[in-house]
Amino acid sequence: MAEEGPVVEIRNVTFTYPPRQGATPVLEDVSLDVERCDFLGIIGPNGGGKTTLLKLMLGLLKPDRGAVRVLGRDPVEMRDQVGYVPQLSRIDPTVPATVLDIVLTGRLSRSSWGAWFGRSHVKAAREALAQTGTEDLAGRAIGTLSGGQRQRVLIARALASDARLLLLDEPTAGVDPHMEQTVTDLLHELNRRLPIVVVSHDVGFVSRHLKRVACLSRRITIHAAEEISSDVISEMYHGHMRAIRHLDECPLSDPGCGHGCDGPGGRSHQQGPEDSPPLDRPLGNSAR
Amino acid sequence: MTQFFYDMGDNPFLLTGLLAGLLASLACGVIGPYVVTRRIVFLSGAIAHMAVGGVGAAIWLAAVFPETMGWFRPLYGAILVSLAAAVLIGLIHQRVVERMDTLIGALWAVGMAVGLLLIKFTPGYQTELMSYLFGNIAFVAWRQVWVIVALDVIILATVLVAHKRLLAICLDQQQAELQGVPVLATNILLLCLVALTVIALTQIVGLILVIALVSLPAATAAHHVARVPSMMFVGTLLSALVTTLPRIAVYGTSISAEPAIVLAAACLYLLSVMVRRIRNRGG
Repeated sequence: MAEEGPVVEIRNVTFTYPPRQGATPVLEDVSLDVERCDFLGIIGPNGGGKTTLLKLMLGLLKPDRGAVRVLGRDPVEMRDQVGYVPQLSRIDPTVPATVLDIVLTGRLSRSSWGAWFGRSHVKAAREALAQTGTEDLAGRAIGTLSGGQRQRVLIARALASDARLLLLDEPTAGVDPHMEQTVTDLLHELNRRLPIVVVSHDVGFVSRHLKRVACLSRRITIHAAEEISSDVISEMYHGHMRAIRHLDECPLSDPGCGHGCDGPGGRSHQQGPEDSPPLDRPLGNSAR
Repeated sequence: MTQFFYDMGDNPFLLTGLLAGLLASLACGVIGPYVVTRRIVFLSGAIAHMAVGGVGAAIWLAAVFPETMGWFRPLYGAILVSLAAAVLIGLIHQRVVERMDTLIGALWAVGMAVGLLLIKFTPGYQTELMSYLFGNIAFVAWRQVWVIVALDVIILATVLVAHKRLLAICLDQQQAELQGVPVLATNILLLCLVALTVIALTQIVGLILVIALVSLPAATAAHHVARVPSMMFVGTLLSALVTTLPRIAVYGTSISAEPAIVLAAACLYLLSVMVRRIRNRGG
């Protein structure tokens, strides 16, 4: 296991959804490294390829060209070490299951055959619930929870698999605005020991904690956040909002949209990860 | 109603009918919650109706080639074809995205049409198909009771081994896949268990109505309990209730027991919906 290398390496990845021949790629020549202790936000317009990139990291899709390595190996091999938190809307709230049942499915790859999870798995699931502050919900039916509670339970499910990396798809979609803060704070807390990648079209809320922001609209642009001040964030976010408005006006196939993420300020971004500086913010909190 | 118990001493079929209902309740009580949670009621209906093709084929083969195929009972045909249908539907469900429901609806009707056509070609007047189509709880032989016992054992043993994985694909298929569960194989396994459940219930309500007992007791249970194991327990009890009480209640009248069982299951579900509404309104 390459303990020293980046947690995720994405090298010159191009991906086109079949079956249309000659279709415009969803991702084109995308390169990205997720560092240990990283807290990376991937933002971009709908259809910009955010979810596709997540699926490539999970090995649910294979790139047409380029390579994806997770923890130094093939993503499919490392799936059980990656905690994936899907969009809330992907989870059917009517399923007959308690919170503990849901979190236990995060232990599946480590459990043997049989009808029940062993005591050690239940213990691990309860610990994951405790880490997200939802241990008192363990016996509740999943459908009786609020959006914010359900989101934290899904994070617990991802943690239950002893994840070494967290991938989150739109973690605040479907969460009440006043509950967003608790989800954000939880992610900040977890980032002390885990690299986190958040995909969102609305990154304003987490950006306070984000260490880097990647703008994805078929091509990728990495913004390294030298200093996380509210000033920088509001400008970056503002720029992003303008970019989306711009992108909505022209079709995605228009090559002119490739750099739609460039905000008017555009001062702190480089083209491609090779150029991007290492996380120069002291990562002291991760050693705690 | 008391007449039923008086007659039990003279008529052994009354006992075997009750036993068959209770034993089949176990199968549909355990498998129903998966079907309802995974929303594969329609797929299960297709499996049941395609099994008619197997019944027809078996009857036709045994009649046309009595020396070589005389041993081939309709039951064997139903089991074989329903299992094959489970595999086929599992593959279609996974691989075909476009017009998946149309294709399964077509298989549903084609399986049944083949069965009916083959019966038409079979020499002599065929009554056996009727008991497969509409059930025949009044004349359950001991041999058939043992078949249901065997199906129960297979279903329960499989569930005891594979429950975690079966439940995982019902709760969140993508999560199951990420956790290394072979989704296609597990889906097919689940549909095969549905096929065996359908066979176990055939004698009770018939292949045409079987879907009511696979889905309604489990759906009723889901109103009142929040976990799949509890749904299995409550669902089994409710199935046992609706396969026995209506049968006893209509005994000696001109009402057929099989539709009465299905209507009882539907009434119970409706009652449960109303109870839940009143309860929710009351706070």
